[in-house]
Amino acid sequence: MAFQTNNRIIKWIDYRLPVFSFAHHSLIEYPTPKNLSYWWNFGSLAGIMLVVQIVTGIVLAMHYTPHVDHAFASVEHIMRNVNYGWLIRYMHANGASMFFIVVFIHIFRGLYYGSYKSPREVLWFLGVIILLLMMATAFMGYVLPWGQMSFWGATVITNLFSAVPYVGDSIVTLLWGGFSVDNPTLNRFFSLHYLLPFVIVGVVALHLVALHQHGSGNPLGIDRKGPQDSIPFHPYYTVKDLFGLGVFFIFFAFWLFYAPNALGHPDNYIPANPLVTPAHIVPEWYFLPFYAILRAVPDKLGGVVLMFGSILILFLLPWLDTSRVRSGRFRPIFKQFFWVFVLACLALGWAGAQPPEGLPLAISRVATVYYFAYFLVILPLVGWFERPRPLPASISEPVLGAGKMAAQPAREKA
Amino acid sequence: MRKFMFAAVAAFLSGTFALAAQAAGEQDPAPSRSWSFSGPFGTYDRAAAQRGFQVYKEVCAACHSVKYLAYRNLRDLGFSEAEVKAIAAQYEVTDGPNDDGEMFQRPAVPADRFKSPFANDKAARAANGGALPPDLSLIAKARPNGANYLHALLSGYREPPADFAVPEGLHYNPYFAGKRIAMAPPLNADAVTYADGTQASVDQMAHDVTTFLMWAAEPKLEDRHSLGFKVILFLIVLTGLFYAVKRKVWADVH
Ligand code: HEC
Ligand code: HEM
Repeated sequence: MAFQTNNRIIKWIDYRLPVFSFAHHSLIEYPTPKNLSYWWNFGSLAGIMLVVQIVTGIVLAMHYTPHVDHAFASVEHIMRNVNYGWLIRYMHANGASMFFIVVFIHIFRGLYYGSYKSPREVLWFLGVIILLLMMATAFMGYVLPWGQMSFWGATVITNLFSAVPYVGDSIVTLLWGGFSVDNPTLNRFFSLHYLLPFVIVGVVALHLVALHQHGSGNPLGIDRKGPQDSIPFHPYYTVKDLFGLGVFFIFFAFWLFYAPNALGHPDNYIPANPLVTPAHIVPEWYFLPFYAILRAVPDKLGGVVLMFGSILILFLLPWLDTSRVRSGRFRPIFKQFFWVFVLACLALGWAGAQPPEGLPLAISRVATVYYFAYFLVILPLVGWFERPRPLPASISEPVLGAGKMAAQPAREKA
Repeated sequence: MRKFMFAAVAAFLSGTFALAAQAAGEQDPAPSRSWSFSGPFGTYDRAAAQRGFQVYKEVCAACHSVKYLAYRNLRDLGFSEAEVKAIAAQYEVTDGPNDDGEMFQRPAVPADRFKSPFANDKAARAANGGALPPDLSLIAKARPNGANYLHALLSGYREPPADFAVPEGLHYNPYFAGKRIAMAPPLNADAVTYADGTQASVDQMAHDVTTFLMWAAEPKLEDRHSLGFKVILFLIVLTGLFYAVKRKVWADVH
């Protein structure tokens, strides 16, 4: 049903600038597969977290001072003297972690259900770009409080670029704005940390345009055959997303109010000191799997290439996965490799937090090999030799079918 | 400087943690204790925190600053306005310049930050055999397992094992990273006389000053705990409503 209203003002505006029909079209009547599971909640959660980060970030920026002599003290000023400053700052710091949790789950959802396959490749690329921008934003944000981990994390990560042949040192100097991580570095990181989230907003908009072109995928991975397979976004998914948001905010509130520093590192409550290197320099938890890949490789350049490669490889995924079936649900062999892949990512996260020696190093190496083999060997091959289970004829059918199955439970086994 | 950073980065990337590992060294895990401020309903034990302030003021303040605290913050620990004024007035701070362009000394007022024992880090090192007594404002959050660690550290000095060499100027403390610390045992029994009659054992003083330091590091903990409880309760009710509505709306699908 097209957008309709009796309000004359809204009509007048909409005739000239169709914002109301647009919102109606994409948030209310937008036809959505009726069989989405709760794994489909994480996209809207990610969008909400982006808004939370921007709103809290703008308030923080009103009180924060990007200068090496004042940054740490200004964050403490926020924590102690600004009204509800502690709340805003803990929301922002923990919000970054929540944002990553949500986005990681969102990505694994895509990997399992083949969301990157035709015709959603560009939608997938835009998602990978968002991930890269988020990582850059969070990395630079972590530098802003100018604690020990801020400083040494920045030093280690920016130094990685010196491994680039020929231009490496120039890149590092450019990142630093000088010859070490210092005030110019902090200033440019603050500037970019303020800017990039808005770039993310732009890419998210494109992500949604691409999404709405062909509509959401679904757990069965089959296309919708007709109107009986769809329901309007509102009220069905608005209320489902709101329920998911409530559950997620309870989870968020737990960290925020009862363990606000558990996801951070104690060393970041020590002001940055270029003369004292912390015993263990560890990045934020959401970078640990990538960090483990970096350190699994004995060669610096090789480590850097694999670390960035581990994300860039996602751009090739639509072609690496040769199966024509989207959903992992109908792919008995893929499914098993997929869960091992999840395990490998978790193992990398664990190993990234340990000193790179002995067992953690061995585990990170095995997991790194599996990580790349999954994309470069397993997905292309499994797509060839695997015999997928038969796909249902339509989205509506298995829902009806489930009822029939219940009526004749013994048939399959007999 | 740059070379130094590259060296650090290289050492760390190649996984040779030799230097760092030595610095971090072995250290005994701090035993867990129960604290008034832990748990979702935790609050600061005002009496302990006030006694802890006394320990800080009479013992630790000789070497350690707490520069993020102002005297007025002590109101949160239950000191009256008059008491805070009197505490502040015990210190002389530098102010100025006045109309003649001169800096001058005046008694501190509640709005002033806690006076630091040393003019700068160099002076602090000079007075402490080259070691820097860190600012204690955030120390309870700047160490893993902060409160337990502080208590263990402050009450954990003892004789080193026979084969453990402790150089001149350092002291054996199994809870400190590397087990050799430049701070002499700061607490001796009855180092302070508590006005409320509590026996000032080393354990008691360590407990009290830790409570004070936790408050110094996280002064909004009580607000956080109580707001968190209300927010989560509200979210549970709201989410329950959303769930009910969701069930209702979806009843006709399938
Ligand atoms: C005589 C000077 C002096 C006094 C008094 C003193 N300290 Fe220290 N403190 C030091 C020095 C010096 C260090 C640095 C030790 C090192 O780096 O080896 C230090 C370090 C510390 C540390 C940091 C340990 C770590 O993990 O790095 C804490 C916590 C601490 N002191 C607490 C206290 C408390 C609480 C009191 C009062 C009960 C106190 N100190 C009294 C000199 C002192
Ligand atoms: C993609 C969205 C964002 C992410 C993932 C993010 C992440 C982070 C992180 C991890 C920190 C360090 C927190 C800490 O440990 O203290 C931080 C700090 C900060 N961020 Fe953001 N941020 C985002 C958006 C923004 C925006 C839009 C602004 C400003 C307009 C902003 C302003 C700040 C400021 C001022 C700080 C320093 C204060 C502090 O450290 O608490 N952020 N950010």
